[in-house]
Amino acid sequence: MSTRDLFTFSNSHFRIGVGITAAILIVTAIAGFIVLPFAQPWVQFANVWDAICSAAGVPQRAPSVTTPEQSKRLSEVVLTSRTLARPSQEAIGRGATLAQRCAICHGPTGISRADSPNLAGQYAAVIYKELHDFRSGARTNAVMSPFAVNLTDDEIADLSNYYAYLPRLPAYHPTPQLPKPNIVIYGAPIRGIAPCGACHGSLDNKTGSPWLEGQSEAYMKAQLQAFASGERRNDISQQMRNIARAMTPQEIEQAAAYYASQPPDVVKAVD
Amino acid sequence: MLVNRKLILAHFWLAFAVFGFALTLGAWQMFIRSPIGTWLSNPELYYRSLTAHGTVMGYVFPTLVAMGFGYAISESALEQRLVGVRWAWTGFWLIVAGSIMALIPIALGRASVLYTFYPPLIGNVFYYLGVVLVVVGSWIWVALMSVNLRVWRKAHPGAPVPLAMFANVAGSYLWAWTAVGAALELLLQIIPVAAGLKATIDAGLARIFFSWTLHAIVYFWLMPTYIAYYTIVPRAIGGRVYSDSMARISFILFLVVAMPIGMHHTFADPMVGAGFKFIHSAFTALVALPTLLTVFTICASVEIAARLRGGRGMFGWIKALPWDNPMMLALAFSFVMLGFGGAGGLINMSYQLDASIHNTQWITGHFHLIFGGAIVIMYFAIAYDLWPHLTGRELIDLRLIRTQLWLWFIGMIVTTFPWHWVGILGMPRRMAYFDFGDPAIAPQALSVTFSAIGGFILLASGIMFIVILARGMRAPLADAGPYRFALAVHQPATVPVALNTHALWVALMIALTLTNYGYPILNLALSSGTSVPAVYVGAQ
Ligand code: HEM
Ligand SMILES: [Cu+2]
Repeated sequence: MSTRDLFTFSNSHFRIGVGITAAILIVTAIAGFIVLPFAQPWVQFANVWDAICSAAGVPQRAPSVTTPEQSKRLSEVVLTSRTLARPSQEAIGRGATLAQRCAICHGPTGISRADSPNLAGQYAAVIYKELHDFRSGARTNAVMSPFAVNLTDDEIADLSNYYAYLPRLPAYHPTPQLPKPNIVIYGAPIRGIAPCGACHGSLDNKTGSPWLEGQSEAYMKAQLQAFASGERRNDISQQMRNIARAMTPQEIEQAAAYYASQPPDVVKAVD
Repeated sequence: MLVNRKLILAHFWLAFAVFGFALTLGAWQMFIRSPIGTWLSNPELYYRSLTAHGTVMGYVFPTLVAMGFGYAISESALEQRLVGVRWAWTGFWLIVAGSIMALIPIALGRASVLYTFYPPLIGNVFYYLGVVLVVVGSWIWVALMSVNLRVWRKAHPGAPVPLAMFANVAGSYLWAWTAVGAALELLLQIIPVAAGLKATIDAGLARIFFSWTLHAIVYFWLMPTYIAYYTIVPRAIGGRVYSDSMARISFILFLVVAMPIGMHHTFADPMVGAGFKFIHSAFTALVALPTLLTVFTICASVEIAARLRGGRGMFGWIKALPWDNPMMLALAFSFVMLGFGGAGGLINMSYQLDASIHNTQWITGHFHLIFGGAIVIMYFAIAYDLWPHLTGRELIDLRLIRTQLWLWFIGMIVTTFPWHWVGILGMPRRMAYFDFGDPAIAPQALSVTFSAIGGFILLASGIMFIVILARGMRAPLADAGPYRFALAVHQPATVPVALNTHALWVALMIALTLTNYGYPILNLALSSGTSVPAVYVGAQ
């Protein structure tokens, strides 16, 4: 007998092999797509086809219930790898002109004397996102919001590229460099806190997270408290709120003091 | 008739060299995240190591063993010189090149994505290209196995294909088809993103493709072990295979039901419908069948050996077995570990029970027991059995070999039993650091410490293994005679076409893949809005 004769129903191995396989498939399909869906008393199906579609995972339009009114705006920034790619010299120059009005708080070289964030050499993606959030109202601040509302998309991109271009200078309030506290390098796995350093440098960097070395201690503490209380809510998917809520007050102090004490030249050279 | 010994030895040596490297990383991982290690304050290094360990142990090491063993089977079972030796070397060098290409970005911290790739996490493109080269190298082997069998069939029309070769080719077809899932994931989804041509990726679809590979790859790893159960062990202990047909049926069942069941790896995923999860779960239950057939047949074959040696009584024959024979020892250890691991597997495959151990240390404990334990201990046995035929020298120190096997068995039990236990307590897997000072997990510190100690026992055993093989290259010359496989009690004169060819079973395997995977894949591939932005490792 040749292989060709194998694939005919007169061959008993073929009949049995194909028959048993098909039978198992049909029985399990009936069980999985019809019997078991209806065995769930808490789900209602209009008809059998409805049950089959549900078990097959056909995407279904959610019933048109009115979504609860969102009381506060959330961040809507979309960043792709092209958004801020390769800025031209002119773009950076335009950013420099625009940045003159920021200098009063953020310093003429991008280093603040006023406990506002230092912006010199910050990642462009970070500045881009925060300015968009200030403009949309996802993040609010009495001083900052009025500056942001009138910026255009291009102006925001230019400003981001300009500040990212500035050299990273030491802060105005240098303190002796502190050792890394646990919260920065280990996090607190039992409370679901990833290490700060896993996103903000020290260990690794994730897109959209600022590097923090040399920022004002008072500023960072205030932001962590604002995340914890829910006053600040422009972090996507509550990434920072979930962490800040679970942090103890001492951990907030330690993390802020640690990052404030670091010179900017320890920022991980990843960019 | 082993002619191309250099080719086979090259595969085995490369396999065991990368195994030694990855084993060392494994022991280090165990230690550094246990209470006895001082944490190095950098999880990135842990994930680098984990990526290298998983990639080598999952993709490179077992593939090389299967290939080397496959060439040895082809030459000795068919008694025919290997056809396509030049191609075989090409495959080998592709694997060398692919491994180096993948390991460099891992070492530089540019591809810490773990061996399951984890999109939307995206690492350096050369890591994925390296993995692709390894797979392509192994596909050359698949083609060669098929070609060699065909050449033999031409010369022996209608004759029964020797069992070892029949099983070996079944394993190679299983691998060829199961690797397609990950290949599609890499070529269509990940590599375009890693190369910068796209910035978003459908992570759900990628997980489905990966599950296509992830389950059946386990049976590909298992194949050399099962071939050794059926065709080496009975001969080595002086017995016979209880049933040649039973063996063939087991191997074809692996082809048919190992493949279309991978979605038991996506039980917790929302993008797969519950109906498909149920079908995959049911087919998963069926895959126990060939394993039960094997356990039965091998126990019967071993009993034959014992009775031939004068064993008597209901269980009294067990005493008559040649317990000082390393092959006997390896088989017994392998079966014990397969038994415990199989019991754990029943829990993983049950939709509801799986929920309690999903993504916990239980999973890592489970696959180390089955893969690192039951399977790899038989790889050792295969190497010991083949070595004198490959080197033309005798492996003299049987006591050292027995000690090595004992240490691997004990080490694996000491490592994996506590590993399962902390998983039941809820300890997550793939975590770089645990704060054992925290009262919530302080009670698990002791178990994790035991696991770490077990890890060092395994490392010691692994080093012994390599030393034994290396010494075997310098032992006095001795002719081991031709390499033979076990005979069956009733050695078949003819075998029905269905059990002498693979076509029907390969067709069923592909058909079931289409029914069980077709809709879930098309559903995601054709829906819009299912992609998410890629997250690049180390990018800003
Ligand atoms: C032949 C033996 C072994 C094989 C085939 C093997 C295979 C693997 C694989 C495929 C992974 C998954 C990697 C990942 O999750 O990305 C893994 C993880 C791991 N292996 Fe092994 N391994 C073996 C031996 C060992 C040994 C002996 C040790 C310890 C001494 C070890 C320790 C680990 C650890 C700690 C992990 C990470 C678990 C986690 O954090 O989730 N492995 N191994
Ligand atoms: Cu599986």
